[in-house]
Parts: sequence; C-alpha cells; structure tokens
Amino acid sequence: MTDISTLSGEAFWLPVIFIGLMGLAFFIYAILDGYDLGVGILLPKDSEAQRDTMIASIGPFWDANETWLVLGIGILLIAFPLAHSMILLNLYLPVTVMLAGLILRGVAFDFRAKAPEDHKELWDRTFQVGSLLATLAQGYMLGLFVMGFEDTLAAHLFAALSAICVTAGYTFIGAAWLVMKTEGDLQKRAAWWARRCAWLMLLGIVAVSIVNPLVSDIIFDKWFGTPLVIILWVIPVFCFVLFFIADRYLRRAPYPNDFGCWIPFASAAMIFLLSFIGLAYSFYPYVVPNKLDIWQAASAPESLMFILYGVIVVLPTILGYTFFSYKVFHGKATQLKYY
Amino acid sequence: MLETLMLSRIQFAANISFHILFPSISIALCWFLFYFKVRYNRSGDEVWMRAYRFWVKVFALTFALGVVSGITMSFQFGTNWPGYMETVGNIAGPLLGYEVLTAFFLEATFLGIMLFGINKVSNRVHTLATFLVAFGTSMSAFWIIALNSWMQTPTGFEMRLVGDTMKAFPLDWWAIIFNPSMPYRLAHMLIASGLTAAFLIAGISAYRILKDDHKPAPRLALKNATIAAAFLIPLQIFLGDMHGLNTLHHQPAKIAAMEAVWHTEKNVPLVLFAIPDKETQSNKYAIQIPNMASIILTHTSDGELKGLNEFPDAHPPVGPLFYGFRIMVGVGMLMLLVSWIGCWQIYRRNEISPLMLKVFVGMTFSGWIATLAGWYVTEIGRQPWLVTGVLKTVDAVTTTPASNVGTSLAIYLTLYVVLLIAYIRTLFVMARKAVLVDRPEEIDTLQEKLVEENL
Repeated sequence: MTDISTLSGEAFWLPVIFIGLMGLAFFIYAILDGYDLGVGILLPKDSEAQRDTMIASIGPFWDANETWLVLGIGILLIAFPLAHSMILLNLYLPVTVMLAGLILRGVAFDFRAKAPEDHKELWDRTFQVGSLLATLAQGYMLGLFVMGFEDTLAAHLFAALSAICVTAGYTFIGAAWLVMKTEGDLQKRAAWWARRCAWLMLLGIVAVSIVNPLVSDIIFDKWFGTPLVIILWVIPVFCFVLFFIADRYLRRAPYPNDFGCWIPFASAAMIFLLSFIGLAYSFYPYVVPNKLDIWQAASAPESLMFILYGVIVVLPTILGYTFFSYKVFHGKATQLKYY
Repeated sequence: MLETLMLSRIQFAANISFHILFPSISIALCWFLFYFKVRYNRSGDEVWMRAYRFWVKVFALTFALGVVSGITMSFQFGTNWPGYMETVGNIAGPLLGYEVLTAFFLEATFLGIMLFGINKVSNRVHTLATFLVAFGTSMSAFWIIALNSWMQTPTGFEMRLVGDTMKAFPLDWWAIIFNPSMPYRLAHMLIASGLTAAFLIAGISAYRILKDDHKPAPRLALKNATIAAAFLIPLQIFLGDMHGLNTLHHQPAKIAAMEAVWHTEKNVPLVLFAIPDKETQSNKYAIQIPNMASIILTHTSDGELKGLNEFPDAHPPVGPLFYGFRIMVGVGMLMLLVSWIGCWQIYRRNEISPLMLKVFVGMTFSGWIATLAGWYVTEIGRQPWLVTGVLKTVDAVTTTPASNVGTSLAIYLTLYVVLLIAYIRTLFVMARKAVLVDRPEEIDTLQEKLVEENL
C-alpha cells in the first residue's frame, strides 16, 4: 500500500476525488439501470398489455440510465488505468456475458415495437433474458471483486450468492418503480413482486454481510476492530428499518389516492445507498482489493486535472437535464402519449 | 500469445465494424430529422412532420444498436488491449471521458424527450431536444475522431519512464486534440455519415414508392435526400483528396500500400486495378494511367512517391489497403453518378423514374460499404503500430488465454449476424407497414398502442 505521507497535494487528493466520482457513477447506475433491468426480469408471460405498460414505463429513461455504466467504467479507465486492466482481465468472461445481455436488452426495446407482429413475443423473451443475464453477470462480478479475484471454489460460490443477491435487489427496485409508475392490476402485482424480492434481497444482504468479514481479515478489522466503529452499526440497523417500512407499506398497497406510492422506491434506493457505503468503507483505499490502492493505480495528475475541469462543469449539467427529463415524464406510465 | 493477438484483433475489428454501421447513419440522420422539424415549424405543412415521424423511428432503432455496440467497445480496451491504456491512458482516457460527459448523456437523455415527449413538452422544447441529440451525436464523433487521429498522428505529448515502462504524458491538450490529421478525418467522417444517411433515406423512400405508396412524405424524403447526396459527394471527393495529401505527409507508408507503390519512384502511374503480389514486390495485371498518381498526390507529373521498400518490416499489408481504397472510391463514384442522375430527373420531371427508384433501393446501404472500406484502409494502414511510433499492436494485447477470447468472439459474432439481419429486415418491414397504413407516420409507437388500448 502507498505511504500517503510521501504524496504531494495533488497526487494525494485527485485520486480520492476520482474514486468518489466513480463510486457516485456506479451508485447512480445501480439505482437507475437497476430498476429498468429489474422491470425487464419481471416481464410476465401471461399479459402482453402489462408487458407493454412495464416497458413503456422505462422507455424514455433506459438509454441514459445505461450511460452511467459507461461513465463509471470510463472513470476507472481514465483515472485508474492499471486497475482497469487488472479488473477486466480477471472478469473477462462475465463482462462478455454482461455485454451480450445489455445488447439483447437494448435492441429488444426497439425491435419488439417495430419488427413483424408475430416476432414481438420472441423479442419480449429476449428482453427478459438479456436483462437477467446482465444482472446475474454484474452480481457475479461484484462477488469476484469482493473476493479479490481468487480462483477458488469458495470465491465462485460467493460470487454466485452475490449474483442472486444483486438480482433480488434489481427486481426489488424494479418492482418498487412499477408500484410508483403504474396503477390497477399491474400495481397490485408489482407490490406483490416487490415484497417477495425485498425478502430475498434482505436474506442476500445478511448472507453477504456475514460471509464477507469471515473471509477477509482486513474487513473484519474494519467492522469489529475498534470500539469506535460502533457508530458504523447505524448502517445495518437503518437498513432493517427501511426493509420494515417497505414491507409494511407493500403488504396493503395500493392505498386510496395512491398515497405514498414512492415509498418502496425511496426505501429501495436508500438500502442501495447504505449497502454501497458499507462496501466502499470495507475496501477504501483499495481499488483492487488487497492488491492495488487508488494512488498506485492513478493516472498522471495533469490528465486528471484536465478531466476534472470538465467534470465540474458538465456533471451538474447532466444531473440538471436528467432531473428535467424525469420531470417531463413524471406520473403514471400509461399516461405517456405521442400526442 | 499469437492466437490471443489474432483473435483479439479479429474481435476488435468485428466489434468496431459492427458499431460504426449505426453511428454512420445516426450522426447525420438526426440532422435530417432536425431539418424536417424546422421546415415543419416554419411552414406548418404536415408532410414534413410525417417524414419526421417515420424517420424518427428508424433513428431510434439505429441509435439503440449504436449504443449497445458502443458500450461493448468501451470495455474492449480493458479486456483485450490493456497495454493500450497502460501506455497512452493519460491521453486516451480524458478524450474518452469527454466523449461520455459531453455527448453520451446529452444524446441519451434528450433522445427520451425526442421520442416520447412530443406531447409532454412544448413544440420548441421538442425541436431543441432534436437539436441537442444531433449535436450530441456529432460531439461524440468529434472526441472519438480526435483520439483516433491522435493514434494515427500523435502530437503534444512526451514519453517518460515510469517504473519499468514508458508512458505517454500530455504536454499540450490543444495539440493533442487538433492533431495534424484530425480536421481532415473528422470532416471526411461527418460527410461520410451524411452520404450514408442520405442514401438510406433515398433507398427506403424509393422502396415505399415502388410498393405503391401514394403519399407525399416518401417523395419529399427521397427528393431531399437525393439533393443532399448530390451536394455532399463532390465535397467528399475534395475532402478525401485533402485527407490523402495529409496522410502522404504524415504516414507515407499507408499511401504507398494504398497505391501499391513497391519502390520509390518518379512519374508514378495511377493503378486502377491490379493484383499486388507481395512475393515479387510488383503488381500483376495492372491497368494504370501513366503519371496520374504523381499528379494526384504531388500535383506534379514527375513527383516522387516513397515506396514500400523505404519501410522494411514496418509497413501495413498491401492487399487490404489497395482493394479497400478502390472499393471506397468506386462506391463514391457510383454515388456521384446516381445522385446526379436523380437530381437531373427531379429537375426535369419533378419525379424519379421507376428504373432509378430501383437503383436507389439497390444503393440503400452503399454508404456502409464505402465507410467500412475507408475505415479498413485507415486502420489497417496504421499497422504494425497501434499508436504510430509509440506503441505496437502486438505489445498491447491481453494475457487472457486464447480460449476466452475465442468464446467471447463466438458470442459477439453470433449476436452481430442475428442483429444485422434483424435490423435490415425491420427497416423494410417498417417501410411496408408505412405503405399499408393510411396515415402511417402516426401510429405504431409503443405508447400509442397503449393509448389505443386504454381508451
């Protein structure tokens, strides 16, 4: 690990800023593409109308959502090229599977509406399979990353657990999105899905939280090492509270006048945030666990400064027009009209 | 590592060839859409809006394919070419970063409003959204061409030893972005996109008319596309010539391979066709115009051109460049002929004859062929270098086992073949649907079906 006392000003704080930006990009990605991959996985076989509504609810957003992945991987590439090579070398096949999934999902969006009528069913299946593949692959990669890319059976089992956990998480937030964006039968159905997925996700998070410190001494020390870290235990406690709120709400949803339809989605997003903070705390300052820290992996300061100027100007603009776009398409998805 | 190298190169070529098909349409198609929208706003004539509504659907499909294949590209650097980012990451990283920041988000976000927001925002905001998507796609081209050109003609940097590897460090970002070949390559590519989109619009519109579409919208689109092509093609030939002179100056080995000039000589003939033979270092069955290559490239009849013998073991393969260049120029000449005849007919009779309609249908994807051939010339022409004079392709490749690369390559190729067939088929399906329906441009988006069902 780098001795940070030897680093000069810029060389110290630029990598810190960029790991923060990268974390932010991946976090926003997990929320945004999380819900639309989740909606894709949930597409029901038995109702074409519901499939249409579900896909309409993510239609205007999915493309921009996916761009956060490009930004995240882009920052990894720009700011930490060594880590980028090392990570992608170890994740070669899961990355391929994820990309194949994202390709299938992305094109199915357009083909389902434009291809010959009798192919629509096939493209809907493609949509679902693509979403599922991409999600499983992302979870699997996260698992391998957490295990420091060990090539052992235990590591792959953990990665499989992580894949299930991420899939549960995405379907949970996807279903919560549908509770917010749809009405009628579909909304009821979505509430039922959301509840089941929330339980599965909770199980997954608990399992990961138990396994993780057991396999890594560093992580164990971080969470159990000193008495002061008791403050950190706010994170899991708060997580449980949010699950409880979402579950209570979903049990009786929908409510008259659609009271609080945003509650499950907000809870899911908060749970994602807390899990993310937990992960980030466990691994900082490593960008490849136990192998490469952010200062070892960082690009030249002059390159980082050049891109930082752009980020400062452009990122708020991006957030601004993203907000604008969500405002334009607020409300229930069935109200979307061409004119 | 030889197998991993070859497989990685094939995979990169497959990915980027598949990818470029869609941006080469969407960059310019969006400007066509913006033009249709502005004409509608000015004149209030519904027919412009109908043309817009049909082509915006094609745009959405094309754009989606461009996005998903582009994401694949952004992972390739790390999965297959780690040496690239490790050596020139300080330069390539920020350029790619600016592409994401200034282009990807802009086009992706406003695409949602452009496609689905027509009744949610005011007409002006919708026109603005169309403009921003067009601007975003062009910005994307700007950054990616800047990086590609820097790899061809690198400037504004220095190499420093870090640990045990040489790494590039930026000195002057202006010189890096506006490197010597960048303005030519950018202009050449943007016009190429204009031609690709124009022939696509003309081809599909001609197809609709041949299928007995009596509505005015396809005629309007065909007319506009033909006129646009007729203006763009001479400009493209002029720009191509300037680009060639620029290449002669900075990458003479590439020109020598394109023209199959084996030995440095004066009074070089222009080889129209031949079979270049590597073994004997000569051209068989050559049909050539005396002195013409010297005139084109040096603007004097006895100008000297450097031959491949000046670059022992460091020149690109001759075959792909020689044939690729001739395919590109050949398609370009065909475009000139077809678009001018089309324009002539429009001028004389205000419509295009059935025979020419068929020719336009045949030329629907001619832009793809020329664009791919041109890119093959310029990219293979950079070999054996990945970054000219800085990094060789062979030194950048991954250590991933060949079996992994083989697997991923098989997955990608399968997907690409299926998607390409689906894309082309769907375009013609959409055209036929548009013929059958009375007011074709108004139905059939996802949202509208929902509205119909819910009313």
